[in-house]
Amino acid sequence: MTEFLPLSEAIAKHVPDGASVALEGFTHLIPFAAGHELIRQGRRDLHLIRMTPDLIYDQLIGMGAARRLTFSWGGNPGVGSLHRLRDAVEKGWPRPLEIDEHSHAGMAASYRAGAARLPFGTLRGYIGTDLPAHNARIRHVTCPYTGEELATVPALNPDVTILHAQRADRRGNVSIEGIVGAQREAGLAAKLLIVTVEEIVEELPPAMNGLLLPHFVVGAVSHCPGGAWPSYAQGRYARDNDFYLRWDDIARDRGCFTEWMERHVRGTADHRAFIESLRRVAA
Amino acid sequence: MNDYSRDEMMTVAAARMLWDGCVCFVGIGLPSAACNLARLIHAPGLVLIYESGTIGTRPTVLPLSIGDGELAETAACVVPLPDIFSDYLQAGRVDVGFLGAAQIDRHGNLNSTVIGSYDKPRTRLPGAGGATEIAAHARQVFIVMKASPRSFVATLDFQTSGGHFEGRGRSGARGAGPTAVVTDIGILKPQPDGEFALMAGYPGIPVEEARAAIGWKLIVAPQVETIAAPTAAELAALRALEARTEAAHREPVRLPI
Repeated sequence: MTEFLPLSEAIAKHVPDGASVALEGFTHLIPFAAGHELIRQGRRDLHLIRMTPDLIYDQLIGMGAARRLTFSWGGNPGVGSLHRLRDAVEKGWPRPLEIDEHSHAGMAASYRAGAARLPFGTLRGYIGTDLPAHNARIRHVTCPYTGEELATVPALNPDVTILHAQRADRRGNVSIEGIVGAQREAGLAAKLLIVTVEEIVEELPPAMNGLLLPHFVVGAVSHCPGGAWPSYAQGRYARDNDFYLRWDDIARDRGCFTEWMERHVRGTADHRAFIESLRRVAA
Repeated sequence: MNDYSRDEMMTVAAARMLWDGCVCFVGIGLPSAACNLARLIHAPGLVLIYESGTIGTRPTVLPLSIGDGELAETAACVVPLPDIFSDYLQAGRVDVGFLGAAQIDRHGNLNSTVIGSYDKPRTRLPGAGGATEIAAHARQVFIVMKASPRSFVATLDFQTSGGHFEGRGRSGARGAGPTAVVTDIGILKPQPDGEFALMAGYPGIPVEEARAAIGWKLIVAPQVETIAAPTAAELAALRALEARTEAAHREPVRLPI
């Protein structure tokens, strides 16, 4: 049975310190509200998993919540660096961060294997790159049929995957529209899936070819409108490209970053209050 | 005589290399501008694939990120990201992949991972993203980078993706590798041994300036072709695209709470 919980309770109940957590969503539908709740509740020693860490992991890493990061591209899309990720890797601030680095194709294969409960994924990948020399988890296997050497990556099975979606229904079915990235695979790979949604409806219509995560793979649903901001929810609100540009200044300096996080994330009760506190600054 | 910037020359030069019907794997920034310019000017049937999963994308403004809503709304279809990398890219269905990087060497190998050592980097860069497999499996790769001795280096700090590296032929890479490096001082193309040489220049940029911008001893072709300056139509389309993009990115976002 899918549980319907307020986000704070879902996080308190299902994400302990030290958990491996994947907050997926490729630029679109990034579960920012859930990430902020992890910060509010002071989670520590998390193994964070995400293809593109984006601002949400920059924030978690900068607040010292992570011990390890599995990722494949760590920048601020279209803007430049993730300064908090860089500071953690280059200077160990606020704590050292182990990295498990992949290419997009490799990480996608890891999620696919995890979703299918296979031990590893294969790809014709990691060719002409130094990455395997620095990541012992990237290995090779000889194809038993053709003799071709293929790259392998271990399955990713996060303790918890958290996704954001447009809609869920009362049974816990979840419907996603627009760019889906690796959400489906990350959701199915998880030991437990939590989904925050813009809207809860009585019953979702049949989704013949659409993306629907059926209720029996969804552990918990939390109603959280605006929960993807400053990323976006197709059909609901657009990506706040201006905020992504402004984040570059907020995150560049340790003090400025910490003050912003204390004031707007740690200093607010929930996502609605977080948005309100930013509106007061803008007004 | 049109007045144009070096960035505009570079974007137009890259756009002209794309043909109608070409299936193109697009990155953000200059490649995205070049691909959309080509689609607007001479290649209306260009098929743009963004790694976020959009196929046949026809954006009216350039996205800031690789996954802006504009891309999904104007795509022929949107598929899960793992499909893009396995069923389209690794399966050999992409004609041209565009790449940029922080460093390039004379064989077109690229670094977008670290400056300094991997374990103790001086500068941590974003990393591979789609680049490693694009470099291996797109039928050909166009590299787009501004030339400077800091980025066109004799030795990479880290090899993120492979150009014409030793052993490419038996590595499992399906594509031909980089066939052009489009820079702001001209276009480099590989010699038979895989080393890039200056093959074409732009109006008003002397070969000496090109040599000075490259951090290794640059081979210059005996006959350096001069690429025509951007036409009025190309410049108008590019500038209109950029103006539309800037206006769109300033639109305030309205949240449902």
